This record gives sequence, structure tokens and C-alpha cells, in this order.
Amino acid sequence: MSGTDAIPEFPKRSAADGADVSLTNMSALTSGPGVRSLWEVAAIAAVAVLIIGGAEFLLRFFQVPHYVLPPPSTIFMALITEFPHIAPHLGHTLVELLAGFAIGASIGLVMAAVITQVPFLEKIIAPYILLLVTTPMLALVPLLILRLGFGYEPRIVAVALAAGPMVMINAATGFRRVDSAKIALARSYGASTLQIFWKIRAPMALPMILVGLMIGAIFGLLTAVGAEMVGGGFGLGNRLTTYSSMIQMPQFFAVVLILSILGILIYMLFFLIGKKWASWEA
Amino acid sequence: MNAVDAKPVKLAVRSATKVYRTASGDLLALDRCNLEIGRNEIVSVVGPSGCGKTTLLWSMSGLHSLTQGEILLDGQALTGPHPDIGLVFQEANLLPWRDLDANIRFPFEIKGQTPDNEWIDHLLHRVGLGGFGGKYPRELSGGMQQRASIVRALSLKPSVLLMDEPFGALDSFTREEMNRLVEEIWLDTPTTIVFITHSIEEAIFLSDRVVVLSPRPGRVQAEYEVPFPRPRSLEIMATKEVFDLTNAIKREIVGSRKRAGETVREVQHAS
Repeated sequence: MSGTDAIPEFPKRSAADGADVSLTNMSALTSGPGVRSLWEVAAIAAVAVLIIGGAEFLLRFFQVPHYVLPPPSTIFMALITEFPHIAPHLGHTLVELLAGFAIGASIGLVMAAVITQVPFLEKIIAPYILLLVTTPMLALVPLLILRLGFGYEPRIVAVALAAGPMVMINAATGFRRVDSAKIALARSYGASTLQIFWKIRAPMALPMILVGLMIGAIFGLLTAVGAEMVGGGFGLGNRLTTYSSMIQMPQFFAVVLILSILGILIYMLFFLIGKKWASWEA
Repeated sequence: MNAVDAKPVKLAVRSATKVYRTASGDLLALDRCNLEIGRNEIVSVVGPSGCGKTTLLWSMSGLHSLTQGEILLDGQALTGPHPDIGLVFQEANLLPWRDLDANIRFPFEIKGQTPDNEWIDHLLHRVGLGGFGGKYPRELSGGMQQRASIVRALSLKPSVLLMDEPFGALDSFTREEMNRLVEEIWLDTPTTIVFITHSIEEAIFLSDRVVVLSPRPGRVQAEYEVPFPRPRSLEIMATKEVFDLTNAIKREIVGSRKRAGETVREVQHAS
């Protein structure tokens, strides 16, 4: 084609680029702070040292009593020495979290998938879902304990009640993303409703489902610990009330530290899953 | 090459009428539209925006049902999506969570068939995407995405290819490249192609026949034979014949728009 050179280049309008990615923003999951250079690593480490070291220095310099706020080194030592005693409680909390989350998330996912298929049903149910999302499920724990005793059961139910609606509203947002062209594509090859669900709707919803699972898991953790603080003799929440009542502040903060790490691990887990399975949207 | 009259009719639109029910009343998109497309003919449909071009094409694909009238494929009335009809959408419409290979094998997955790997590889190389199978759509340019979507549409070896403004979102240079590619593929494996476009130049370059649709409700208002031999070079686009033809089609569209200004567009449709 010798005429190619003579063709003038017209202004580009490439609407095709990125046309699929504008619906939701996965930034919470997939575009977290990525470390770019050695300089950044050094800066991050320096700030961490400054904050922790600064806290250590100030607390010691002003001789702040341990029952107000122990210095970081004391908390860290307490974490190491007390860990064998805390570990079983960590196990209890994890059991409650995993069981409650599994139940709540499954129900939330199924309900999201079902109600979004029936817009009328969704309109009817929406206010109640909102109520479930906005009501702190911790408020129900005393009642649950009355009905279910001081074992795992009330806590698992509370975690499920906290996580389920969070998973559900986010997943529903995902399932509501109707891309008629993609559905038409599947239909043009004779796809069944079920195939359209599994091959178009579900993958399209996946980024929002992951966001929902992450938020649900973190709310589940909060609720599990809160429920443990209300009643029952075990779990990290119980440790918090026990240590604080005995003014064992280094141990208290060691448990807080464990909870922080747990929360970060949950975030990282879903961050990595999102990176692997939903990075197409980032 | 252009002996259209001698070709048997592959796809026929018979008195196609389509009414959309909207909140503000019924909308007559197509009104007794008639069109015949010969086997292995390339026909472009042009017309003012909103004239029902896309409605017509989607009806021909079996995805939209007509309010009245029928679509005949090889003389048989079309009742729904048909394996013999391939669709190329506006923009590439690839599934962003699948790499190219998985996108192109999507039709086979839906149909539960084993993909024809040899044919797919041939097509991928044909459109210059050999070795790109592991790439995700977002890693490719708009032109490459649209080429992949053409491969997907051709992967099941349809005898009819319906293309709905496939290159509208591409820059003009890429667009001309794509037009040549469509012609090359057509010369390789002749297929009946119906091509919706806003670009009269694109329509003339590609087609054996250009059909002008009237403003809504859409009907065939005029047809133009495009008598140039294939393969067509881009030089042909600079000739006086093409210039005159382009102007004739433009006048037809502009004229029809003026007339349409006096008619009522939204009608209360009884049936």
C-alpha cells in the first residue's frame, strides 16, 4: 500500500481505551501504596524509627507511668513474654471470625446475586439491608448471649450479622453493573441465563465482591472483639478487658498490637487476591 | 467481483418494523424497512444519527425481535441468535478479565465446543496479533482490541458478519488500516458483511453497495452501487468518482434530514 505515507494523521479520539474501567474504582484494593525505590524504603523506615523511637524517648523522658501508656519497647517485650498466654485467645477469636464470616459472607453473596436479578424485590428489601448495615451488631450481643450462652455461638452470630450485610451491599453494587454489550455478546452465542451469570455478571462483580469481603472481614473482626468484651471468658476482647482491669497495660497494648496486625493481614489478603483476580479493573 | 445481481440472497429484511415502548410514548425506530443482501456481498448502511441503523443490525443478528416483519437467513426466518451470524460490536467489547486467547475462545466456551485452534492461530496471525494471546485487553491499543474482536467473531466461521460501527472509536489512520484488513480477510474468506458506519468514506471503501437509511423511522431511502475493483487501494479514495459518490450520498443524507424536520418523529403506534 504505497499510499500510506500520504495519509494525514487526524486528531485521535480513542474512546475505546479504558472504556471498561470507569464504573467503579478498585483503588482501595489494587492501587495501594506500592514501594517504588530504595529511597522510598529508606524514607518509610526512617519515619517508622522516628515515630517509635520518638514515642519511646518522650514516654521515658517525661516518665509517663506504665498504666497510662507504656513505651513501645515494653509493649514489644510484653508481646513476646505473654504471647504463649495470649495465643489460645487469638485462636478463639480467629475461630469466631472465620466461622461468622463464612456464614455471613455466603448468605450476603447469595442474597446479593438473587435480589439484583429481581429489581422489584431489591426495592422492597433495600431499606432493611440499609438498617442491617448501619445498626452496630454489637448492640445485639447482650441479647444473643442471653439466648445462646457464653460460648462461641453468640459471637459467631454477631460476626455473621456484621459481615453479611457489608458483603451484600458491596456485592450487590457489583452485580448491578449491567454491561448490555457484554451480555449481548454472550447472548449472540446462545448463552443461557446461568452462563451469562457465571461468565459475565459474576466476573464483572468480582472487584466489588472483593471490596465487600474485605470490609465484611474487618467489620467481623471488630464485632468479634467487641462481643468478647461484653461477655464470656475467652478471646482477645476478653483479654483486653481482663488486662485493663488489672492495669496490665503492656499486655493490654500487646493485644491491641495483635489486633492491628490481624486487621492489616486481612487487608493484605484481599489486596493480594484483588491484585491477582481483579487487576483488570485497576 | 461486483456482480451483485447474480448473487443469491443471503440475508433479507422483509418489512421490518420496530417499535420501542418508552416512558414518553412509543418510538417507531424502523418502519417497513426492506433490504436484501447477496451472498458474500459487503453492504454498508449509513444514515443520520438515531435513524435505526443499529436497531436494524441488531434485528438482523437475532438479538432484537422485530415488532413486525421478518429477517430471512438463507430463506429461513430468523428467530434468535444464529451460529452462522457473527457480530462485531461498537468498540471492541472484549471481556477485560480475560486475556486475548480466553476472549477469542469465549464463543466456544459458551457453546461447549472444542476451539478450532489452528483456525484461530491463522486468524490471529492474519490480523497481526500472533503472539499476543496472553495479553489483556487493557494492554492493547484500541485498534488491536478491535482486531481481536474480529478474530473472535470469525472464530466460529460464520457466513454472515454484522459489524456495528466497529471502528467509530478509532483514529482515522487506524480506521483505514482496519478497513483494508476487513477487505483482505474478505478476499481470503468471502463472507456476507453488513457494516454500519457514520463514515461515508469508510462505507465506500469497503462496500459493494451503500444503503442510505432515512431519519427515524428508518427505511431504505437510497442505494448506491460501488463499482470499484478489489483490492481497493487508498488512492482510489482520491479519485473524482469517489468524490462524486461521496457528495451524492452526503446530499441524500442532508436532504433527508431537512425533510424529516417537518415530520413528527415520535408516533403513537396502535398495533
